[in-house]
Amino acid sequence: MQRTHNNRAWWLVLPVVIVVAFSAIIPMMTVVNYSVQDIFDPSTRFFVGTEWYREILRDERLHDSLIRQFVYSFAVLAIEIPLGIAVALSMPRKGFMVSLCMILLALPLLIPWNVVGTIWQIIGREDIGLYGWALGQLGIDYNYASNPADAWVTVLVMDVWHWTSLVALLCYSGLRAIPDVYYQAARIDRASPWAVFRYIQLPKLKSVLLIGIMLRFMDSFMIYTEPFVLTGGGPGTTTTFLSQTLTQMAIGQFDLGRAAAFSLIYFLIILLVSWLFYTAMTHQDSDDA
Amino acid sequence: MAEIHLNDLAHSYLAAPTADSDYAIRRMNHVWQQGGAYALLGPSGCGKSTLLNIISGLLAPSEGEVRFDDRVVNRLPPEERNIAQVFQFPVVYDTMTVFDNLAFPLRNQRQPEHKVQSRVREIAQVLELEDLLTRRASNLTADEKQKVSMGRGLVRDDVAAILFDEPLTVIDPHLKWKLRRKLKQIHEQFNITMVYVTHDQLEASTFADKIAVMYEGRIVQFGTPRELFEDPAHTFVGYFIGSPGMNLASITLESQGVRLGTGEDAPLLHLPRALLATLAERKGELKLGIRPEFVELEASDSSSAAAVPDTREHWLSGQVTLVQDLGTYKVVDLDIGGGCLFKARIEEDALLPTGRVRLRLPARWQRFYLDEHLLDLSQAGAPDSGEADSFARGESGGPVRGEDDQRPGGNA
Repeated sequence: MQRTHNNRAWWLVLPVVIVVAFSAIIPMMTVVNYSVQDIFDPSTRFFVGTEWYREILRDERLHDSLIRQFVYSFAVLAIEIPLGIAVALSMPRKGFMVSLCMILLALPLLIPWNVVGTIWQIIGREDIGLYGWALGQLGIDYNYASNPADAWVTVLVMDVWHWTSLVALLCYSGLRAIPDVYYQAARIDRASPWAVFRYIQLPKLKSVLLIGIMLRFMDSFMIYTEPFVLTGGGPGTTTTFLSQTLTQMAIGQFDLGRAAAFSLIYFLIILLVSWLFYTAMTHQDSDDA
Repeated sequence: MAEIHLNDLAHSYLAAPTADSDYAIRRMNHVWQQGGAYALLGPSGCGKSTLLNIISGLLAPSEGEVRFDDRVVNRLPPEERNIAQVFQFPVVYDTMTVFDNLAFPLRNQRQPEHKVQSRVREIAQVLELEDLLTRRASNLTADEKQKVSMGRGLVRDDVAAILFDEPLTVIDPHLKWKLRRKLKQIHEQFNITMVYVTHDQLEASTFADKIAVMYEGRIVQFGTPRELFEDPAHTFVGYFIGSPGMNLASITLESQGVRLGTGEDAPLLHLPRALLATLAERKGELKLGIRPEFVELEASDSSSAAAVPDTREHWLSGQVTLVQDLGTYKVVDLDIGGGCLFKARIEEDALLPTGRVRLRLPARWQRFYLDEHLLDLSQAGAPDSGEADSFARGESGGPVRGEDDQRPGGNA
């Protein structure tokens, strides 16, 4: 078949190319540009090749930060995903309670990150904070400012408080989309509640869970504001996560070359892990027969 | 194994029903015998699915009782009744293989694994699913999925009845026929009571030994396909079964016969005196019904347009307004006056009538309805059974028709 080629059609693509160039490609290439040069001032710059990357990959501080980041993100997922599903399952199906639950769940999502940090910073204090004081009264020695374990627990609880709602709302919408006939068939097949969850609800929730897991992974992997406000990354560096390390490097030390190399690696890690999640969860669809 | 009794059963979705129309199922008594193949036929919204869900226990009836043999099961949930149900949209457990799907009800009952294995393989063989056993259920076609849902009902050996809720709706036409035949075979092989809900008369009559026709929350007739065709107990059955439906006209009694329809040109159908006398005893709205298959046409001798009333008994005259060729037969629309439009179904090779024609309504096939319900005139001797009748069943096609035969909703 003969195809007609008209090169003027490229003009139609131009607006998109311009938008994408300014929003993504140019900023990204700027970072790439920084990452391969050592810049002292606008006229004094040296091409250094992969030196920054090699340094970054050997940096002990970054290794620690990266490990902390992974532990944190996986802890967040391990708590928020099952908890979100549980909340969604226990929500009412109809009546005015539905709206009430939705509003209550949506509230934490509407609070700005630094406000969340401030709230938990105050509420966790043992002198004037409700939780901190209550724990003290129960005889538990709790101090998020000096005890690394306490700081970790507080940062995690704060994230769970802030973001479990998102998973719960996603799952709730997913559950509502399951036709009643599946539950009816399950009753006739005498399925136990566990079997209903395992073979009907969970499979049907897969697509929303995929979105939930990806969002929560990416978000928690880039977490900055909340721990920064709550603990400032301390005590010591025990709650200093990747983005805070990066910020210190880029703005605190004005080490733009290394920070740029770091940013790109950071970006690639998120891309890679998200791809892994996606592939792992969608792979099961194929027939193994 | 069980006989399913519905005693004084009624159901309303409203909390405090008052009027008849508040009920989805109006008070009814019915028995489904053990081992029968039944169809529940009716238009959308007549309460078929409600009735089915009450039998399976997905819905608790607001009044009356459901009994399986001697056991009242009203308040028993579906898991405690020996019932399987197949739904309109095939339900399979996506993440499981076909084998695990079929084994699911047995494993839920904690049956020993060797029994599960043998039972699943047996059913898979019956349903011709053997080659698919290791396949993931989500990758099946609609008809395969529907077979899997049927299979989950069949594997259980405690099932007394299987209820089908329009199970072939989403299946391709050429596969419908195969699946329906499969169902019939399974019914013969397993001696299970089957109740099959559908709005398709063809599906109902090919599957079932007896059909219950539902209309506005009631079973208006329960009978064989032939009974539904020949003696519709309710005008709705006459209208709903058959293709096209029964010709119906309201009638008023006169000394010579009955006048059909209303208006100045309402035709007079001459009838025997004995019949008129019997009809005169009934108080209420009377209707005459006759199947289009049984209306005989004869070209009018007066070729002019002048409408000469026919004074012979059982004869009318009418004007042909439309002839539809439906392949194996033709449907002739006839304006007989009085606002009545009658249809006659004639064989494909029959001579095509045009203009004015004479219609004979054989007494044997005339049916009279009082307030929409069939009048039993058998003792009145009116539709004389002795009349020579050229409309033997085989000749006129009978109630079971071709595969693609959809009923157009026309009647008088």
